[in-house]
Amino acid sequence: MVYVQLFYEFFKTGLFSIGGGLATLPFLKQIALRHSWYSVSQLTDMIAVSESTPGPIGINMSTYAGFHAAGVPGAIVSTLSLVLPSYLVILIVSHFMEKFKDSPLVNHVFYGIRPATAGLIAGAMFEVFLLSLFDVNAFQASGSVIDLIRIVPVAVYVMALLCVVKLPKVHPIVFIIAGAVLGIVLGL
Amino acid sequence: MRELISMFLTFARVGAFTFGGGYAMLPVLQREVVEKKGWCTEDELTDMYAIGQCTPGVIAVNVATYIGNRKRGPLGAVFTTLGMVFPSLIIITVIASFLTHFAEYEAVQHAFSGIRIVVCALVTKTIYTMIRKNVRDIATLLILIFTFAAVALFHVSPIIAVVVCGTAGFLLGGGKKKEG
Repeated sequence: MVYVQLFYEFFKTGLFSIGGGLATLPFLKQIALRHSWYSVSQLTDMIAVSESTPGPIGINMSTYAGFHAAGVPGAIVSTLSLVLPSYLVILIVSHFMEKFKDSPLVNHVFYGIRPATAGLIAGAMFEVFLLSLFDVNAFQASGSVIDLIRIVPVAVYVMALLCVVKLPKVHPIVFIIAGAVLGIVLGL
Repeated sequence: MRELISMFLTFARVGAFTFGGGYAMLPVLQREVVEKKGWCTEDELTDMYAIGQCTPGVIAVNVATYIGNRKRGPLGAVFTTLGMVFPSLIIITVIASFLTHFAEYEAVQHAFSGIRIVVCALVTKTIYTMIRKNVRDIATLLILIFTFAAVALFHVSPIIAVVVCGTAGFLLGGGKKKEG
């Protein structure tokens, strides 16, 4: 029964992929080798589609894989199976969070974790930042700093940052849509 | 019931405008959940991100479950989590059925380059706010630099970074707050 297999595989993926989005990748690769739902080369397409559509990448990947395996019902089964372990674990974790919220020990731990979270997010975005705004390959080829900077994207970035800071009332979604339009118009 | 539907719709909106993984959704989430609805505080959201790093599963889903549960218990968590995955289910199914070469269209690639730059700008502001709020002394500044370098340059697993920094916070006894 393909649905039971999908449930088993994606529940396992959800349970053991820790640290977000592409952490599901090694599991999806194993699934490709074990089942005939999709091939390893299709996995590359799946990553491309998942990264160029809205939604958490892990969810996109599991929906895509489930759809390839067993159509729309397959997509639903695989996605819900992926989500289920998170759901259960978070319910347990938040129970304890509420309980120990005011304990000084927990506050001390979060004193260390909060600045770390800022560092983590900055670190994770660093690569996107680098790829979007700088041309490292051209820089390495010519050695000239001018080649390092992608002028139009950097200009867009500076403009966007100014707008985001100066117009705090405008919803982030508006900026995201403007970014998509600008990307197409400027051929970024 | 109306509130549960509102929770579903709010998270569906967040899911529909999350580009490039859980981190990129932080600015949208902050606007929708903290500023507009007041379902949790900024600090709680930040803490949830750290916890979401260390617990299994997709971070976006972990955050959705946490907020839903906090607001309306396990049933609330069902609505927020389903809201979060709903746009993906629809969009990916449509693409997988009809637009098999979706990611190869030039317009799509350009649009995404534009979106990525804007998301960088949005996240820059979010990180700046987080730093101003949570970097209060030399120790927290060092923690910030250490985690950034560890993740960006040495590709250290975020779980290790969170555990190490949590331990450091514990050993430091929460900084010098007690004196005040």
